[in-house]
Amino acid sequence: MNYQWNWGVFLQPSASGDDTYLGWMFAGFKMTIGLSLSAWVIALLLGALVGVLRTVPNKVLAGFATAYVEMFRNVPLLVQLFIWYFVLPELLPASIGDAYKQSNPVMQQFLASMICLGLFTSARVAEQVRAGIYSLPRGQKNAGLALGFTLPQTYRFVMLPMAFRLVVPPLTSEFLNIFKNSAVCSTIGLLELAAQGRQLVDYTAQPFESFIAVTLSYIIINVTVMTLMHKFERRIAVPGYIGGK
Amino acid sequence: MYEFDWSSIPGALPFLWEGMKVTLVITVQAVLIGIVWGTLLAMMRLSPIKALSWFAAGYVNLFRAVPLVMVLLWFFLIVPEFVGQLFNIPRGTDMRLSSAMAGFALFESAYYSEIIRAGIQSVPKGQISAASALGMTYAQAMRLVVLPQAFRNMVPLLLTQGIILFQDTSLVYVSALADFFGAAYKVGDRDGRLVEMLLFAGAVYFVICFSASLLVKRLQKKYSTA
Repeated sequence: MNYQWNWGVFLQPSASGDDTYLGWMFAGFKMTIGLSLSAWVIALLLGALVGVLRTVPNKVLAGFATAYVEMFRNVPLLVQLFIWYFVLPELLPASIGDAYKQSNPVMQQFLASMICLGLFTSARVAEQVRAGIYSLPRGQKNAGLALGFTLPQTYRFVMLPMAFRLVVPPLTSEFLNIFKNSAVCSTIGLLELAAQGRQLVDYTAQPFESFIAVTLSYIIINVTVMTLMHKFERRIAVPGYIGGK
Repeated sequence: MYEFDWSSIPGALPFLWEGMKVTLVITVQAVLIGIVWGTLLAMMRLSPIKALSWFAAGYVNLFRAVPLVMVLLWFFLIVPEFVGQLFNIPRGTDMRLSSAMAGFALFESAYYSEIIRAGIQSVPKGQISAASALGMTYAQAMRLVVLPQAFRNMVPLLLTQGIILFQDTSLVYVSALADFFGAAYKVGDRDGRLVEMLLFAGAVYFVICFSASLLVKRLQKKYSTA
């Protein structure tokens, strides 16, 4: 194997001339972080809502929530992404669809990726929230109702404050997944880390350096998120439970 | 409003079926290798020999920290070149399928090994003590006593992971392989009917995965009452 290692390649000016290859990588890094964090906000909000709906006694609401979760869980992420990116603009009313198609292409890619990742992850978050609510002792709900709370009040003041704390550790792994899953968005041309890695291979002809650097970036993201979440988990752990103080 | 035209689907079915076969081949081999290599990794991870358990922990954590897309890109752009030079395979040999399969199997093994490790740890410790009291070696105890019970508990989880894997195979799109999704995309692109083909592909995945997950749930009920 006669491979010429050249780590200096990252400091060379890039093909576009106004940046270095390291700058390309950093742009991809920022895109991955920005996309994942904004999708995570959607996933948390929708996931919490749908997860709660799955546990309510109202059959229509619970049925809707179940359908939502099953739909997003049983279609591959890549197919969902392509549907958001290629199919949805066609199905929107012409005026909105055309306005979307004429907007900045990077914005289109980012929007489709963010919505796709956000909704995909929200179904998983919903499952964790549901499991968290079901893991509460039944007596908590009964006690809330016996004290004269309405059902929404029981959820709001008794069950959810507990359930959301219990659910943080399993959510950490979903949070890690959203960063990894964001790499799928390279397939529609969004220049996040994986796509920049591919581009670096083409432009620099130094495939090993490029891929090692990108892979390391993912590992760094992973370790950082794990460390931060571990601290957060310890802070909000419920005393008296395993893992509590 | 968009006017749907589903007419290109019937004619494309044989081609789509060819793609589905690629999808199934990748899924099945990755599940099989994943379970075998995953079991070995899990046993290494739990073994008292430090070097083995460090190796297994490093392997599993590495693959679990990296996106599948990235692993597939490694196995699409870099590994074939490297392996080709190592074994003197003529340049231009199409190694995309075998390379993607290797990538999948190695990647999924990390996930399977975590499931299997949890399964092994769910078997009461007394079982190993009882086995060694009966004169079995550690390997015999594992093979004849612990693993059969562990696998029985793990079947639903292993199958669920299989469904996830089936969905993940669509990512071979990055190595330009014509699996089911790749085939659907190609037909849609060719006929200018991308909208219909993507919706059709999504529906097919949904029907398969949803039915499979219902079956797994049934199986789980049957096992848990047994």
